[in-house]
Amino acid sequence: MQQFADYLLDEGILAGLPKSLGYALVIAFFAFVLLNFIMLVAGVTSWLERRVWARIQSRVGPNRVGPQGAIQWLADGIKNIMKEDIVPTAADKPLFKAAPYLAMIGFFGAWACVPFGDGLIIADLNVGVLYITAVTGLVVVGILMAGWSSNNKWALLGGMRSAAQIVSYEIPAAIAVNAVIVLTGTLSMQGIIRAQGWAPWNWFLFDNPFTFVAFFIFFVALLAEGNRTPFDLPEAESELVAGAFTEYSGLRSLLFFLVEWGNLYIIGALCTSLFLGGWQTPHFTDNGFVLGLVQFVVFFLKSYFLVFVAMWIRATLPRVRVDQLMSLCWKYLVPISFVNLLGAMLWVVAFPHGFLPARLGMFLFGIMVTIYFLMRVAFHLRRARPEMSWNPIA
Amino acid sequence: MYAALFYFIAGLTVIGALGVALSTNVVYSAMSLLAALVGASGLYVFLAADFVAVVQILVYVGGILILTLFAILLTHQIAEIQVSNRSVGRLPALGLVVLLGLAMGAAILRAPWHVEPLAAATPTTYGIGDSFLNQYLLPFELASVVLLTALVGAIVLSRKELRE
Repeated sequence: MQQFADYLLDEGILAGLPKSLGYALVIAFFAFVLLNFIMLVAGVTSWLERRVWARIQSRVGPNRVGPQGAIQWLADGIKNIMKEDIVPTAADKPLFKAAPYLAMIGFFGAWACVPFGDGLIIADLNVGVLYITAVTGLVVVGILMAGWSSNNKWALLGGMRSAAQIVSYEIPAAIAVNAVIVLTGTLSMQGIIRAQGWAPWNWFLFDNPFTFVAFFIFFVALLAEGNRTPFDLPEAESELVAGAFTEYSGLRSLLFFLVEWGNLYIIGALCTSLFLGGWQTPHFTDNGFVLGLVQFVVFFLKSYFLVFVAMWIRATLPRVRVDQLMSLCWKYLVPISFVNLLGAMLWVVAFPHGFLPARLGMFLFGIMVTIYFLMRVAFHLRRARPEMSWNPIA
Repeated sequence: MYAALFYFIAGLTVIGALGVALSTNVVYSAMSLLAALVGASGLYVFLAADFVAVVQILVYVGGILILTLFAILLTHQIAEIQVSNRSVGRLPALGLVVLLGLAMGAAILRAPWHVEPLAAATPTTYGIGDSFLNQYLLPFELASVVLLTALVGAIVLSRKELRE
């Protein structure tokens, strides 16, 4: 982005302005564009998620606003903006009002380091991965603040659960990332993606058995950090009404949902950049614009596939109990990730430049697992068809 | 522009720190601590210490502040302050603060401040990792052992006694 700002200042429309003012304008412009992009992604995800669950659970889902209900999210947004913004009398007013914005800051900050393409990133920080992990920590503060300031039992319990969960699951996530970092020797998002290739066997997912395990640890830990089912205890609606967000209405509650659905895409984008080759495509054309567009589409599709997997998990699995949540983290994920990190380090010492047979082997293994999975699904679909109706209305 | 940004971040840090000390509500103190910690991280960015800045947020905001808030929220009726130690009054405290302030002010005025031009942001991560694992390996490992001991000690102190 800095090159772009320099170009605008030297030759483009901003020529002649003081440098710092020009930078500030460019930053504000990109923040505006990014914010709109996030709203779009989060909104569409909220609609798609409800449709996908509905299909999985043999329901219809929202299909009234627009074709197949495709602009339902817009209607929901407008409805929420028009609603009254209620602050409970017993609530701690300044904190209650500030909490959604704090969560929003932490969530929005993370997007600065999401690499959509070669050069298509707001800031390629030298410490990118660490930055995203750190900044999303502010979301927890927002949720805790919302839970406490609401002055409501359920809200407080939800906030506490959320904090405990996120603080615990940050540890396996951070250690799992290290399995990739020892391979690349850099923390920059673009650096990690450049160390991979477009072909699946050049992705870090299949680089060696340890990164393969790290991917699953990372994905599970991120699902827990994003408060997604099966780890959605903070807002378990059967126990806590809506958890930390119980007392919120109107735009403020909308902001929390925006953070939740937008975070889902961040999860997908992080896993894609670290393990699935990011925006890497074959260099098939010298046209920079076309190449950039294709890279953006490739990155978006890969990360959106993971978003889809998360929806799928949410529609399929039941919620875990608090003790199961904690024992999964501390008794299984943390020790496995430590052993895994040790293995990854030994692998790097043994094969400093990678080991192609292992990559191809891991790739074949991945294909076999996918085929077995698809066979299981197809088997169940075939058996279930007589009792199942694809069109519940008819 | 840089100066304005610096004064904004420095102001955030100082006001946050004042809020921690002066607020009568412990939860408000914790929230002011958030401002102070984020501001300090911003100051690290001005010093071109990117790794330290991010780790500051990761460890202090993501870990320590959350755990502090956790402890505050779990404590019953923490908003009602009952100062139990009144053996020394406010006047001697004021005297001490004035003395300390004078000493620090004198030190600030007399120190030969070394002004450096704004440093270009160079990656620091590699250097930090390299010195941890080469030159300062023994202190690094010793610190790890100390932290591990503290961890085990905390668990021993806080767990419920198991009786046969």
